[in-house]
Amino acid sequence: MALENADIEKIAILARIQVTATEASDYANSLSSILMLIDQMQQVNTDGIEPLSNPHDASQRLRSDQVTCDNQRDAFMAIAPATEKGLYLVPKVIN
Amino acid sequence: MTNKTLIQISNDLSAGIYSSREITQDIITDIKARDHQFNSFINLSEDLALEQAAAADARRAVGKAELLTGVPFAHKDLFCTQGVITTCGSKMLENFIPPYESTVGQRLLATGAVCVGKTNMDEFAMGSSNENSYFGAVKNPWDLNAVPGGSSGGSAAAVAAGLVPAATGTDTGGSIRQPASFCNLTGIKPTYGRVSRFGIVAFASSLDQAGPMCKTAADAAVMLNAMAGFDPQDSTSMQLELPDFSADLEQPLTGLKVGLPKEFFGPGLDPQVADCIMAAVKQIEALGAQIIDISMPNLELSIPAYYVIAPSEASSNLSRFDGVRYGYRCDQPQDLMDMYCRTRAEGFGTEVKRRIMVGTYTLSEGYYDAYYVKAQRIRRLIKNDFVRALSQVDVIMGPVAPTAAFDLGSNTKDSVAMYLEDIYTLSANLAGIPAMSTPAGFVNGRPVGLHIMGNYFAEAKLLNIAHQYQQVTDWHLQTPASNGNKGA
Repeated sequence: MALENADIEKIAILARIQVTATEASDYANSLSSILMLIDQMQQVNTDGIEPLSNPHDASQRLRSDQVTCDNQRDAFMAIAPATEKGLYLVPKVIN
Repeated sequence: MTNKTLIQISNDLSAGIYSSREITQDIITDIKARDHQFNSFINLSEDLALEQAAAADARRAVGKAELLTGVPFAHKDLFCTQGVITTCGSKMLENFIPPYESTVGQRLLATGAVCVGKTNMDEFAMGSSNENSYFGAVKNPWDLNAVPGGSSGGSAAAVAAGLVPAATGTDTGGSIRQPASFCNLTGIKPTYGRVSRFGIVAFASSLDQAGPMCKTAADAAVMLNAMAGFDPQDSTSMQLELPDFSADLEQPLTGLKVGLPKEFFGPGLDPQVADCIMAAVKQIEALGAQIIDISMPNLELSIPAYYVIAPSEASSNLSRFDGVRYGYRCDQPQDLMDMYCRTRAEGFGTEVKRRIMVGTYTLSEGYYDAYYVKAQRIRRLIKNDFVRALSQVDVIMGPVAPTAAFDLGSNTKDSVAMYLEDIYTLSANLAGIPAMSTPAGFVNGRPVGLHIMGNYFAEAKLLNIAHQYQQVTDWHLQTPASNGNKGA
């Protein structure tokens, strides 16, 4: 399936990636050829075949709801681009 | 110095021929002197490595040394190293200093191994040539015009060049095995769930596995012994008794049943690579194995299935890079949306953005069933092929890649052409089985690896076969001319 620049712009918004007009054409070309490659799948009959999401068909192991490590907030916040008083700073969201 | 194997260095340390501090210092000096040719390291952690080496020497002095105590190694730069920059080959994480250590890193440090630095890689492990790194392409020590393979290309080049005796890698679609093949190394991708993924920057969580890249199978077994094992912090880690991966190395191969799938030898395979592989198979037959022709009819579907599943999971995993909690943030964002979009546009490279967008599309409303679920159904067909084949034979052999290392720049214009390079490696990740590459010859001076794939949790069997093959061949002992030893 061939993608147009308008499709790329939509995908880019969903992916939260800014794309210029020139880049949109490049991505339209490369994504279209990738989609052509993956469209080979559509020729395969997979009726009655269960999807495999984990190679061992295992499900997520759960643990008991207990605190297992110390509070490391300071260590984790120290590497953030902008913080103040234990909060992450982002551009104003509400006017 | 480091044309020595990991086990030789371990023995030298035991014999007191040199201290860990001495060899660590030598290795760091050597990397500084020679790595400008290969660009295999992104960062060296000299001070920390020398501290670790001094601690290892002290541990040895009180009789508490293990095999890896004091032995230097390098980490692919997507293993989080506490206090040491971990870039994942990306501008996004150029200045990221993890506050914690990966489980694999913790296990290696617990043995007393010494991490000298972090190796170059394709950005977020997305690539098959190591040309997608923000920190520049890596060059193959066997031929500086050739790629080292990817995504663990820095780890491969560093070991091949004799800069370090061993390095960690990760393999989502061949990223340990293909660079091992291109650089004449022994590299193993363990069974999914064998090695903890905790603290490894995630690419495609249902495919990612970490493993060692070394000169010999015996070295790889030692590294895997340290790296593997159940980890409660990885919810996909398998809770199984851990074998000693070195224990079966000396087992004879008498009666071993080796399957050769015809699909691994079809059009597209370089005839000279095929000759190397068939010669290796003949030698394994001479060691007592029985060679059986088999079929893996869905092999070709591994490319489309992988290039849906991996980008889908990547688009989800990489949504965490939002400029808020860690990593790059764009300058002067106008609003929150502008911050997200410009941070990600400026922080990620082209191939990463391309895969995020493919994955975003394949997971989007209206396409999820046609792409993602369809790919998962095909994934089961591929797994079923392996289950069927491995009920007839003990292991499967073939080439790791269709060609020896290709020239730098030869595949960078066409992402689909690059994806096709992965034809022989992707299926093991989709099925979750262990698979490895061991040196098996050269084509025009560039190395060729033999691919050995086995049943779930049969890593010891794979290492046994590679070790036995290495006892009757000397491909793995060849080193590039630039190391100052005889070339191939």
